[in-house]
Amino acid sequence: MMTEQRFHPLNLLRAFVRPIDPVLLAILAVLLGASFLLMMSASPERLENQLINTGVALCAMWAAARLSPQRLLSLAVPLYLVGVVLLLGVEFFGETTKGAQRWLDIGITRIQPSELMKISMPLMLAWYFQQREGAINLRDYLVASMLLALPVTLILHQPDLGTSLLVAGAGLYVIFFAGLSWKLIVPVVILGVTGIGSIVIFGDQLCQPDVDWHGMREYQKQRVCTLLDPTRDPLGKGFHIIQSTIAIGSGGLFGKGWLEGTQTHLAFIPERHTDFIFSVLAEEFGLVGALVLLGVYFLLFLRGFHIALHAPLLASRLMAGSISAIFFTYAFVNMGMVSGILPVVGVPLPFISYGGTALVTLCLGVGILMSIHRHRASSPD
Amino acid sequence: MTEFRSPDQETKGFRHRVVVALLFILACFCVLAGRFYYLQVVRHEYFHTRAEDNRIALLPVVPNRGTIVDRNGQLLARNYAAYTLEINPSRVRRLDETIDALAQFIDIQPRDRRRFRKILEESRNFESVPIRTRLSDEEVARFVAERYRFPGVEVQARLFRDYPLGSVASHLIGYIGRINQRDQQRIEERGETANYRGSDYIGKAGLELSYENELHGTTGVEQVEVNAGGRAVRLLARQPAAPGNDLELTLDIELQKVAEAAFGERRGALVAIEPSTGGVLALVSMPTFDPNLFVDGISTQDWQALNDSPDHPLLNRAIYSAYPPGSTFKPFMAMAGLESGKRTLEQRMPDPGFFVYGGHRFMDHKARGTVNLHESIVVSSNTYYYQLANDLGIDGIAGFMSQFGFGSRTGIDVPGEAEGVLPSPEWKRRRFRTPEQQRWYGGETISVGIGQGYNAYTPLQLAHALATLANGGKVFRPHLVRHVVDATTGERRAVAPEPVRTIPFKPAHLEAVRKAMVEVNKAGTGARAFAGAPYAVGGKTGTAQVFSLRGQRYVEGKVAERLRDHSVYIAFAPAEAPTIALAVLVENGGFGSQSAAPIARQVLDYHLLGSKPTQPASEDEGAEENQ
Repeated sequence: MMTEQRFHPLNLLRAFVRPIDPVLLAILAVLLGASFLLMMSASPERLENQLINTGVALCAMWAAARLSPQRLLSLAVPLYLVGVVLLLGVEFFGETTKGAQRWLDIGITRIQPSELMKISMPLMLAWYFQQREGAINLRDYLVASMLLALPVTLILHQPDLGTSLLVAGAGLYVIFFAGLSWKLIVPVVILGVTGIGSIVIFGDQLCQPDVDWHGMREYQKQRVCTLLDPTRDPLGKGFHIIQSTIAIGSGGLFGKGWLEGTQTHLAFIPERHTDFIFSVLAEEFGLVGALVLLGVYFLLFLRGFHIALHAPLLASRLMAGSISAIFFTYAFVNMGMVSGILPVVGVPLPFISYGGTALVTLCLGVGILMSIHRHRASSPD
Repeated sequence: MTEFRSPDQETKGFRHRVVVALLFILACFCVLAGRFYYLQVVRHEYFHTRAEDNRIALLPVVPNRGTIVDRNGQLLARNYAAYTLEINPSRVRRLDETIDALAQFIDIQPRDRRRFRKILEESRNFESVPIRTRLSDEEVARFVAERYRFPGVEVQARLFRDYPLGSVASHLIGYIGRINQRDQQRIEERGETANYRGSDYIGKAGLELSYENELHGTTGVEQVEVNAGGRAVRLLARQPAAPGNDLELTLDIELQKVAEAAFGERRGALVAIEPSTGGVLALVSMPTFDPNLFVDGISTQDWQALNDSPDHPLLNRAIYSAYPPGSTFKPFMAMAGLESGKRTLEQRMPDPGFFVYGGHRFMDHKARGTVNLHESIVVSSNTYYYQLANDLGIDGIAGFMSQFGFGSRTGIDVPGEAEGVLPSPEWKRRRFRTPEQQRWYGGETISVGIGQGYNAYTPLQLAHALATLANGGKVFRPHLVRHVVDATTGERRAVAPEPVRTIPFKPAHLEAVRKAMVEVNKAGTGARAFAGAPYAVGGKTGTAQVFSLRGQRYVEGKVAERLRDHSVYIAFAPAEAPTIALAVLVENGGFGSQSAAPIARQVLDYHLLGSKPTQPASEDEGAEENQ
């Protein structure tokens, strides 16, 4: 395609922008712009870093967008295997920070293999279902579940509840979109809802100090219990939730104005540049700002599902659907926890929270969506 | 599940699931939007208030405590600024390690550590607690260079209370100390919690305690914006503190010094009152103590030393210890005789040297044939007053004496005053429990007549009664504070300038008793002590019995020092128009003319002539033995 006028600058530019989906890019630009605005308010000294992070993440997005879905799928198995091996490495040789083993020092830099799993997990399952296209049966769902369970268990064991939730979510979405029977989904959902419901109702008894929650770490139990009743520990673990709800509530309809949030600027909001950045938005831009953000996110999901619906390949559909759904999961869990309706599990606000790793992962996801979109015609270019 | 699905079917199924997913997402976002609406619109007011409460802190501005000066403006209690090293226990995790680290470049003694622990236990909330006070400039500089290593440790400029004269007049000035839990309770009961927010100190004794309300001042408020760490970021509004009022005393501190010095090593008390106003010129209790020891929290050793001393230096003998007045009671008895009509001025009574009542012989020093009222005071006849007491009866005595304030608190403006004992059948019924003990015996009345028996008055009550006698019957409330001076406006408020009541004595009776008292110092028991005095002074010696000798003759040297009688003396001068009335008591000082009168001489010489003695008043070894 690029035979004539090879060195014409316009052609070069065209080649450069061709992988980019303008709609996704526009949505992304709004979210990243919001991120910079909020960063200037919450933690101006980190703005420069976040700009660099964004640059790197956009490069990753562009690179992913340039690859064809088929090429991506060919990477599924190796990426998955490397991911599992690295997770095992973390399990045995990982570095411990803040009571959890998440990092692996590979000489040049420290990496967080669980982050890689957010992409390679759905990719792996999409590849698997692609192989079984047309003949998917119950056994395939079982295999997929096992492929999913291994890394999720390892991440949960680090322990990192937030990431394991996202990885599990990414995998489950693939399984869901692959057509798992409603007869199986409905009972599981009912079981989950009653489970959570009973925790809420019997929270007081369950949160007694001598009650051991099987399979859960003490800090996870504390987080759930604090969510059920933040006032039980107003200066300790409940402080985050109380202060962030105060920030949100005090924002009112139109907010206190950019750079005017007292909760933000007087450091009452914990982790205000990372997980709790939404409360900065809600404090300074009010309900209007929060609803606009919900709207922009919703546009992102709509675009993602639109791309999924128009993808010719089963694996592409599953990938696009799963990626869109996982964006939603990020957004919902984060805003839910900051506003006090979900436990604090350490999930960033997608495209807005400070932090390079999560941003690169998210932009890789966008890149894959773009790639799928560009290859919506049945023949690859 | 479905095997061999066609691609079309599969796409349709996928489309369905996307729709379901979108509906689910929409539902979840609606929940979020609902939650935001609830927080930001429905409960906005509440959270707005919470955010403002978070943001704004009211910091107390501690007022400067009022100063205390004597009648001539000499400073008795003042404030000075000094640096303290303070630790905020809520922000320092390992206290001991932190203190060890600080001790490497700041002198921290085991005493400082103990005091720190004590204050920490007593502290009201998570306020900062001083580990060292009065840092030198060099120490401040050394800490500032290392401060980054010590979060939660700070150097603060604080005002300290200082008593520049040390132990002089310590009982009446009192002292302040750190507010402990008991003080906190009192503050709460008085509803002063807000005014004491930020105050570390409160009056604990003396005037510092009784005038706490005046001295403390009104705490100001700084409205500041604080961050989550509690640090003030910005001043929003400020209401300055109103400094405490200053106290200007009636006390003449130079007179006080002379009086204290006159006691030397002896224990006792002296109270001098200005008869025309009731103002206290000197209030001495010996031995004294250094009130500066208490300001930073007294160390255990110092406390034990003060508390365990057999001399009880913390005891304010002038207002709390009650002693029998001995013969100093006689001028008052004489007034009772005259006012009741039981005696006339001319009337001569037989004095055989004893008085018999109920078969018991009440002894006197010698037989004088007959004595009249004037002579009875000058020679201090016991027999005359035995008879008079018998004629007046106990109720008559108690009724008359209560007018002078004997047996009731004078209402002086320092705390801790004792009532003393004005004996009466009614008092006995209150005091004792068995009917046998409660019964009043006629013989007891006889002893009361010469100031012995159950009689027990504080030196203050004695001086107060004498001042009333000296000024013609006007009863003032004795007071140490002449003016409360408003620190901001300079307005001076007088304390108790009006007499509480006036006793309608016949002037002739007063005149006669006062004249007899002047004669005491010319020809009587006080003559040796006042030999050569260029002013006329009325006085009366007395001896307070410590040890009942049951009729045996008292031989000095045969009883242990602590069982020796107390020496008492009262005097007013100048006799024509008294400007001072005083009572002196020297514990175990023997009889009145021996120890107490020479002290009174030094005090009066200074007050009237301005001459300062060079050494403590010596005991008059040759003084005539008398009561």
